[in-house]
Amino acid sequence: MWVVPTIPPALYLMLSGILFTIGVIGALTRRNAIVVFMCIELMLNAVNLTFITLSRFLQSVDGVIFAFFVMAVAAAEAAVGLAIFVMLYRSRETINVDEVNLLKW
Amino acid sequence: MAENFGILFQWLLFMGMAFVSIVASILVITRKNPIHSALFMVLTLLCVAVLYILLHNPFIAIIQVIVYAGAIVMLIVFVIMLLDLETELRSKLKIVYSKVIGGFLAVLFLIGLLYVAVAKSPTGQTGSYTPEKMGTNVKTVGESLFTTYLFPFEIVSILLVAAIIGAVILSKKRT
Repeated sequence: MWVVPTIPPALYLMLSGILFTIGVIGALTRRNAIVVFMCIELMLNAVNLTFITLSRFLQSVDGVIFAFFVMAVAAAEAAVGLAIFVMLYRSRETINVDEVNLLKW
Repeated sequence: MAENFGILFQWLLFMGMAFVSIVASILVITRKNPIHSALFMVLTLLCVAVLYILLHNPFIAIIQVIVYAGAIVMLIVFVIMLLDLETELRSKLKIVYSKVIGGFLAVLFLIGLLYVAVAKSPTGQTGSYTPEKMGTNVKTVGESLFTTYLFPFEIVSILLVAAIIGAVILSKKRT
């Protein structure tokens, strides 16, 4: 009898790699700081997918715990980062990342 | 036969979710209006949550929907509304052949990541958490979180308090 194979981990890892690449491209090409921030969240999300995949196929719970911590750090980052954007907009009237170049050499 | 149909359904679900998440994340980085980007990001996150359920991890899937799609994107949408942004214009900075060089580097990066993903199957000692044991996923994760990983858990709580205080102080009006 013909048996359908289960989904191999390599497919999940490839999907994670594609999502990470899209996040990198967005973070490097967009000017709006909030969209750059969203792309960083996309990258964190892709890494979480890798953690969960390997945790599933190595039958370990450590990857799940680590993904949980990554989410906690992402939440903290969102709170502080968005507060910084609000303050930046208040003082400079823009959040385009290429116009905020005071610290640039 | 019934197992075959189940696995076939998993394949269909995986392919659909993978396709939708890739398309939605491409739309995130190409839309000019940041609100549209935020909404397409919610779509990507929900698709990845479905993939977590396919991987027998309902706990992380629920946390993904609540924390990422619920809280973080909500915060982003609020800040976008607060700031009254105009649609993004093209940068005045011009580099010769920037599209060619950037596209080449991006494809190189993607090929590297995909090669790493397929070159070796994941090796290492397999643990004791078989899919049958992960059936009570929340219980298993909670036990591990409150025994083995108790100290990092407490550290994360301190980090979150620090982030809350930092956000309040940063966004406070100067007197």
